[in-house]
Amino acid sequence: MNQAIRELQSLESLSKEDRWVNNLHPLVKLFVTALFLVLTVSFDKYNLAGLLSMAVYPLVTFTIADLSFADALKRLRYVLPIVCVVGIFNPFFDRDIVMQVGSLAVSGGVLSMLTLMGKAILTVLAGYLLIATTSMERICLGLRMLHVPSLLVTEILLIYRYLTVLLKETRRVTNSYALRAPGQKGIHISAWGSLAGLLLLRSMDRAERLYESMQIRGFHGEFYTGRQESMKKADWIYLAVWTAVLCALRFLPLTAVLGGWIA
Amino acid sequence: MHMADALVAPAVAGCMYACSTAAAAYSVHKVRLEDDAKKIPVMGVMGAFVFSAQMINFAIPGTGSSGHLCGGMMLSALLGPYAGFLTMIGVLLIQCLFFADGGLLALGCNIWNMAFYGCFIGALCIWRPIMKGGATKKKITIASILGCVLTLQLGALSVAIETLLSGITELPFAGFVGTMQPIHLAIGLVEGLITAAVLCFVHEARPELLWGTEESDEKGRFSFGATVGILAAAALVIGGGVSLLASSDPDGLEWSMEKVPGTAELEAEGAVYSAASGIQEATAFLPDYAFQNSESALGTTVSGIVGALMVLVVCVAACLLFRFFKRKKAEA
Repeated sequence: MNQAIRELQSLESLSKEDRWVNNLHPLVKLFVTALFLVLTVSFDKYNLAGLLSMAVYPLVTFTIADLSFADALKRLRYVLPIVCVVGIFNPFFDRDIVMQVGSLAVSGGVLSMLTLMGKAILTVLAGYLLIATTSMERICLGLRMLHVPSLLVTEILLIYRYLTVLLKETRRVTNSYALRAPGQKGIHISAWGSLAGLLLLRSMDRAERLYESMQIRGFHGEFYTGRQESMKKADWIYLAVWTAVLCALRFLPLTAVLGGWIA
Repeated sequence: MHMADALVAPAVAGCMYACSTAAAAYSVHKVRLEDDAKKIPVMGVMGAFVFSAQMINFAIPGTGSSGHLCGGMMLSALLGPYAGFLTMIGVLLIQCLFFADGGLLALGCNIWNMAFYGCFIGALCIWRPIMKGGATKKKITIASILGCVLTLQLGALSVAIETLLSGITELPFAGFVGTMQPIHLAIGLVEGLITAAVLCFVHEARPELLWGTEESDEKGRFSFGATVGILAAAALVIGGGVSLLASSDPDGLEWSMEKVPGTAELEAEGAVYSAASGIQEATAFLPDYAFQNSESALGTTVSGIVGALMVLVVCVAACLLFRFFKRKKAEA
């Protein structure tokens, strides 16, 4: 729980920094991220070469945005286990040799497993890049511009707003419980309902107070940011350059030509 | 059960986004019909509650391990299926963005696998029929356990189908399902017990907070026929739509075909087949893509990898130079 709170706060402070990438239009970053994700996962399961070339996007953008690769790769802890479970069997079921590197024969299963892991790493990096350079408010603003209903967008913003508050409250409750039940792993079955139930009722009461305060401030179901977002020259350049580069890396045989020229 | 982006093909992801968007649009429409301004803050705070409650470790007696709350079934028992579904979308989006738990591209799949089954099937087909005539602790316990087990089983099955249709694993479908279902049966049981404990507490303390427990709760109720209709449409979307769109990448299916009739493809003729082939050709993403001058249909050559590594080396060198000069500039 402490880690979750730390991660939330760290990402929030990163996204609020005044950097060139942070100030780009949220829709541009959403579009480039979506394009990168679609093109990356669309690679054939044996096309490791093409996939490797897609690493250009995170490498360049992480450098420009001055982001830490280590922090981003830590996020693989949720994704990698399930990807490993799915991919680890590929070498056993697909034993056909598809590539020869010197005397080393590489089977299709090994190649497809490596490609799967590569896709997992690249997509996680792209997600981190988006959220570390774009605040939740600006992502929600982008969603509104895409005509996502205000009801859903406001609700997402409220979840985000109250997440840290409720995480801290849950931490206080579980810490208090742990202090009264030393050496016990988790909440005892006799307290399952009352502990989480009380937390729930307090959250409901909080929602009631929140609703009243929102009404007093004139809330009518629409979300206002108070800032005008329009596309600037830098946004168009960023969009055009990355669209061209990513499409070239995906659709043109650049790596094969370059590799053939060197080899 | 959160699917990563790497596990889905673009066609499967797109199809599941379309299905989840349709369910979300319907839910927004239904919530707006309720015309209850208080619903939005309640949904927001309850989403944050579910998120934080997922962090609590509940000790499972006699096992030495602990379980967690998932939330779909609990949200629909408190907010109803539509508001619960929209709240789960928010939770899944934040999980995906801030904790990389599930991917942005796979969000449509995750919404369907966890939120749709948990909220629509759990609330409309399990919770409400059982709560007919008023809620009791026994009914709440049965509905919670049954709801969590069934919706998690459906979700796990969907994960296996979506992975198979994406063609990224060589693991046989039967083997994958055989691994996924029993694991999620155990998870569902524990989650059901935790959900039951929380909802029984709410029923004792504030029974008016539970959705669908009053006999007069007729507003927005689906008839049995409409519920069956929704289920049939869902089955049609999964069974027909997804497989049709994803058939451009049929590795997993080929594998199973070869095992059963001994051939990778079936001979088929007729107008329906021609129409389906036309749609497939039109929607297939990068069909038959391969490098130029490459004899390998797999599109993978040593020279390709050498080229890619070269690009990366140049890129890394450029990035290091960029950082070096930036630091120099900052020092000066």
